[in-house]
Amino acid sequence: MIGWYTVVEVAIAVLAGLFSVVLGLAGRKPNDYTIGAALLVEVLLVAQVVIAIVAPFAGNRPTGSEIEFYIYLVAALLIPLLGGFWALVERDRWSTVILGIACLAVAVMMVRMNIIWTVQIA
Amino acid sequence: MSTPPSVSARPRAFGAGRVLITVYAILAIGATSRAIYQIFTAFSTAPLAITLSALSGVIYVLATVALILPGPRWYRTAWITISFELAGVLVIGTLSLIAPQDFADRSTVWSEYGIGYLFIPLVLPVLGMLYLRRRHRLAAEA
Repeated sequence: MIGWYTVVEVAIAVLAGLFSVVLGLAGRKPNDYTIGAALLVEVLLVAQVVIAIVAPFAGNRPTGSEIEFYIYLVAALLIPLLGGFWALVERDRWSTVILGIACLAVAVMMVRMNIIWTVQIA
Repeated sequence: MSTPPSVSARPRAFGAGRVLITVYAILAIGATSRAIYQIFTAFSTAPLAITLSALSGVIYVLATVALILPGPRWYRTAWITISFELAGVLVIGTLSLIAPQDFADRSTVWSEYGIGYLFIPLVLPVLGMLYLRRRHRLAAEA
């Protein structure tokens, strides 16, 4: 993982998450902005997959378990897709909240992935 | 008998409950994948914690499914699994503080009352019970 990229990605995921949760609780149905925000988080995750594959060849290897890292990454990739799918199928305000929660979950998982990649306590 | 219920047949409370179900689904994915990883890599180091981890994963998956599906049987399943979760997080949370050597590396979602999962495992069963009660009442009124 690349430090600054991870920070940017977590920040955008948190902002996108809060944005959708607030709009959802305010009663908005999923729109281009909230679905777009989740899509942006997903695109950043796909770029993260590329980074995770390429970085070890540049000498930037995970210090923790690579398998655990990829389990998180694959799960993180699925979450905005499932949230987005639900938002398209059932268009009410709770779908917007769900989009936000999905983005926040991605942010938490990114932090976990960063810990697996860089910090080893044991 | 086997035809799925239409969207309109769902109780009204389903709307807000979907957010709860989403969080359940995320926790189910997290707990299950973590347990699978632990079983294959570190089972011998903390068998108790990892067995509990796997059990909690199964419970969260069951609870998620039970919250989504209609009918009295799933309603009962939801109550049982959610009660089990609350008991799990309270008992294991307490045990992990009393006997931390058996729970090295915070190996279960319930350790230390779910601190590794932002205390969500502690809050979720309570919200789940409130949701089930509300849904039941709304269904009774309808």
